[in-house]
Amino acid sequence: MQGSVGYNLGFAAAVCFVCAIVVSTSAVSLADRQDRNAALDKQNNVLVAAGLATDDEALGAVEVARRFEPITQVIVETTTGDVSDGVELTAFDQRAASIDVARSRPAPDNSARIMRIPHQALVYEIRDEAGALEMAVLPIEGLGLWGTLYGFVALEGDLRTIRGLTFYEHKETPGLGGEVDNPRWKGLWIGRLAFDDDLTPVIAVVKGTAGPVSDAPYEVDGLSGATITSRGVTNLLQFWLGPDGFGPYLTRLRDEGGAL
Amino acid sequence: MSKSREALIDPLFNNNPIALQVLGICSALAVTTKMDTALVMSAAVIFVLLFSNLFISVLRNQIPTSIRIIVQLVIIASLVIVVDEVLKAYLFDISKQLSVFVGLIITNCIIMGRAEAYAMQNPPGMSVIDGLGNGLGYGVILAGTAVLRELFGSGSLFSVQLLPLVSEGGWYTPNGLMVLSPGAFFIIGFFIWGIRTWKPEQVEQD
Repeated sequence: MQGSVGYNLGFAAAVCFVCAIVVSTSAVSLADRQDRNAALDKQNNVLVAAGLATDDEALGAVEVARRFEPITQVIVETTTGDVSDGVELTAFDQRAASIDVARSRPAPDNSARIMRIPHQALVYEIRDEAGALEMAVLPIEGLGLWGTLYGFVALEGDLRTIRGLTFYEHKETPGLGGEVDNPRWKGLWIGRLAFDDDLTPVIAVVKGTAGPVSDAPYEVDGLSGATITSRGVTNLLQFWLGPDGFGPYLTRLRDEGGAL
Repeated sequence: MSKSREALIDPLFNNNPIALQVLGICSALAVTTKMDTALVMSAAVIFVLLFSNLFISVLRNQIPTSIRIIVQLVIIASLVIVVDEVLKAYLFDISKQLSVFVGLIITNCIIMGRAEAYAMQNPPGMSVIDGLGNGLGYGVILAGTAVLRELFGSGSLFSVQLLPLVSEGGWYTPNGLMVLSPGAFFIIGFFIWGIRTWKPEQVEQD
């Protein structure tokens, strides 16, 4: 009977059931396409960080694949920095690895609030014909205000100068922390130095304006109204470029550069 | 004027959800910096509004009064999730730019307002027309705001550069206010002023 508690509960359950079916059907049936889009977007962001594409270009799958040609994808051991073998490139999912106890380890206390470090990480390298490193693109992630920022930082062949920085996934407030997507702000990173003379990662987002590269090689303008996001970007970069992150890998590349 | 025609045309200017009822302002400020985001957002709202009105109207005699708001919300939320999933699959770039605002259609007062004020009392056919009309009324204001914001804020329409920018070697200095949310406030304010000058009966009495 309408109006009774039983009717209300039954009605609510029926509506929820139908809605749940509609929502889950759409989510499951579109998942493949969405995953492809996300993967393409991620590759596109590698290109943007590497300076091989700009933000306002809408590249199709074919063009992304073409521009990806000079790039070698390498899976490295985060503890030693060596190339790891035995891990299938196509099947490698770094985010899944980071939460898999068998494939990651707890991170030491860090200000970027990263909980676990994957044993293996996927990096992107560009080398010249002689095999000397021209660029390395590293995946970075860390907490901002509302959630984790996922992105890439590209380093020049000297492994000190930043070639570019992008975030392809984040939950920051549009217009404030969301300005990490702003091409003008991302442009400020180009040419800054990630490491000081002792190879300590010192690059930081500062409050206010940092000035041109010549005056402030280690600093980037803060995002106004987004102190926590700005601090998060500083922390995550210093973590991943530091000894607990890609430090061993970068050291190996530097030694290799000396040998060449 | 026939009743169905009235339900469709009325929300465009006589009873516009944004300009007269002043609902849905949040998203109108957020997504109107560019034409393509404004139009996709309008289409998403029209879709949700049309189907939420339809389903709620079909169920209007069965929905228990004591839980009607939550039932309406469940239906609206499900439709919004479906729209969000479709955008992520087929219009990935735009869905990234719209970010949270697609999800926030759930809280758009226009949709709850039409469900509660119209679909709960009227038959499905009329409710669909009402949903379409109100969605179009929302879309008209969004498109109008976006034309002005994109043209004067970035010198382009649909990302096609019409006014060459000074930074690119042209002559047009973009108006920075237009790309910020306050710019949309001014434009919508001018629209409301314009519509009320045209139709003085909309002016509220003190």
